[in-house]
Amino acid sequence: MSHALTTETKEKPGPSPKAKAALSEGKKAERRLGLLLCAPAILVMAAVAGWPIIYSVWLSLQRFDLKFPDRVEFVGLDNYVTVLSNSYWWNAMWITIVITVVSVLIELVLGMALALIMHRTLVGRGIVRTSSLIPYGIVTVVAAFSWRYAWTPGTGYLAEIVAGGEPVLTEKIPAVMVVILAEIWKTTPFMALLLMAGLALVPDDLLKAAAMDGANAWQRFIKVMVPVMKPAILVALLFRTLDAFRIFDNLFVLTGGSQGTSSVSMITYNNLIKGLNLGIGSTMSVLIFIAVAIIAFIFIKLFGTAAPGSDNGRR
Amino acid sequence: MRRHRLAAAGSAVVVAASALAGCGSGDGGVTINVYKYPQENFQKIVDRCNEQADGYRIVYHKLPREADGQREQMVRRLAAEDSGMDVLALDVTWTAELAKAGWIKEFTGSAKSQVENGTLETPLNTARYEGRLYGAPDNTNVQLLWYRSDLVPTPPRTWDEMIKMATDLKNQGKPGLVVGQGKQYEGLVVLFNTLVNSAGGQILDENGTRAIIDDNAVKALEVLKTFATSPVVDPSFSNAAEDDARLAMENGKAAFQLNWPYVYAAAQKNPTLAPNFKWAPYPSINGDEAKVTVGGINYAVSAFTEHSEQSFDAVMCLRSAESQKFAAINDGVPPTIESVYDDPEMAKPYPMKEAILETLKGASVRPRTPAYQNVSTVISTILSPPASIDPKATADRLRQELQDALDSKGVLP
Repeated sequence: MSHALTTETKEKPGPSPKAKAALSEGKKAERRLGLLLCAPAILVMAAVAGWPIIYSVWLSLQRFDLKFPDRVEFVGLDNYVTVLSNSYWWNAMWITIVITVVSVLIELVLGMALALIMHRTLVGRGIVRTSSLIPYGIVTVVAAFSWRYAWTPGTGYLAEIVAGGEPVLTEKIPAVMVVILAEIWKTTPFMALLLMAGLALVPDDLLKAAAMDGANAWQRFIKVMVPVMKPAILVALLFRTLDAFRIFDNLFVLTGGSQGTSSVSMITYNNLIKGLNLGIGSTMSVLIFIAVAIIAFIFIKLFGTAAPGSDNGRR
Repeated sequence: MRRHRLAAAGSAVVVAASALAGCGSGDGGVTINVYKYPQENFQKIVDRCNEQADGYRIVYHKLPREADGQREQMVRRLAAEDSGMDVLALDVTWTAELAKAGWIKEFTGSAKSQVENGTLETPLNTARYEGRLYGAPDNTNVQLLWYRSDLVPTPPRTWDEMIKMATDLKNQGKPGLVVGQGKQYEGLVVLFNTLVNSAGGQILDENGTRAIIDDNAVKALEVLKTFATSPVVDPSFSNAAEDDARLAMENGKAAFQLNWPYVYAAAQKNPTLAPNFKWAPYPSINGDEAKVTVGGINYAVSAFTEHSEQSFDAVMCLRSAESQKFAAINDGVPPTIESVYDDPEMAKPYPMKEAILETLKGASVRPRTPAYQNVSTVISTILSPPASIDPKATADRLRQELQDALDSKGVLP
């Protein structure tokens, strides 16, 4: 059965060149109108998103430090060499990758379990769904502060119970673990919500047929539900990976980037806003932009993630 | 039809913009906006100055409590050439940065002579950059050595003596810890600057353009390392800020504390500690006088103010001898005008005023460079934790990364 499903996904017909050529006059006019109607939105997007991106690329090619306004000069790729050969940057990159990979994987497993529970619940469905969404509804900074106090010896219960009164946030590895924990607690509900939408796609008949064929619960999950849900899973993973990669608020409150726990977003903030170094700071934001683009590329091209509702994906 | 709508929309924008612009001017009188950290009784000083003010009114805007937050807010608005800020209360380490960027006005003529008249030399130095005066010192600060007179009959003069005394106390089973600031933050930079200057060394050169870190700085690193690895260092030294050190002493664990004078008032509330809580000059390295890092706040006038004359006038009142005395007694911040120390009302809240004055005269200023924020971050990152300092190697790394920071080539962690 799963075979049939996968071949079906592969066979999806792309818009063939022939179809393009055969556009009638009416179709053409319609398309022109469509483009015209899109134009204002595109112009606004270009102004608010496109221009800042171009400007930061331009800034990243200059030595531009607000503290030394008379020392502005074009330096080519010097800033990129500086950043990419800097140990603080790579440390931040590794911290970010570890936080992203670990938290997203755990969120996927927990989110799936939560989605199944929410999907299956018969009694009090509304209450179960609402209560599981509470962490996602709390402002991240507020939640992060409560985590911080919980882990601070003297004021926090977790520090006493779990860590035996040790200040865990003052050491690199334990601090990163706490950050990951806070991330997971915060965004598992979001993951579950996206996955639940995927679960709704699985037809009951399919599951019943599989059960008739003698598949046990685990086989039904792996061989029937997961393949059908694949687009939803990939979209959920993409959203969360991009989100986790840009982690800032949790880290800012929990460790402030001390003990080498800065993420790439934090280190960029430190250089750009605290250090007023527009050149280096913009270089870092361009690098983050590239990294995010690579992640999106991998997901879309290699894993075949499609935006929900787009033509090329599954119906 | 379409054109009409566009025109209507356009004029609506214009109306809205002019209404917004109208907001700034207020009730017609000149408003001087002062941005300062939350100081408990500062509003009273502002009120008194408003009574004397001629043709303007001072409004006190509170900045965030943390120094980083204060700087960030001011710097962001200054970078945008915001004319809504007139007078800024700056930490002594920010003068160079804001002056170099052209964001604060130079004090010249009578404003300059008024500020210089009667003000202590060291605080005045913190307001100078490249030979010009950019600020009016409001309050100043220096650390002292605080000790328990029931455990220590005569205070130590050097770090070696202090560590030896503390070790002896510890061996006798008495509280013998030495507490101070070793966390990765500005406090560690203050400690390092004191040690380097006391050893006769330099962090940066006079112009603040070249990293020095000479042999005497290596000696300072050795002292810091010896202390951080000695048995008398507080186990949580590498994570201790001012208040952690204060609490460790108040809880009876420590015999010595290196800290700012505010700890005196707090200790008076502790009946067991108060009678034995004494102070002495900061320990030195060679047996002569320590060159203690000076802290404090200077007032500066924003380069983008539209009321320059009134702003300077307001500064003079806010930092007048009377204002400083009031702040010293009510908010516990040491004055920068020398004559205030002689006021009889100062004797009770400031029994240690002689020690402060004495220390101030030989005090050292943190590196004066527009890149101070970067310099400070580099120092605190590299020195943390102090126990893992390897004097020679650490010095080399400091020199390299400080130079990068000065050339805006470095990356901040």
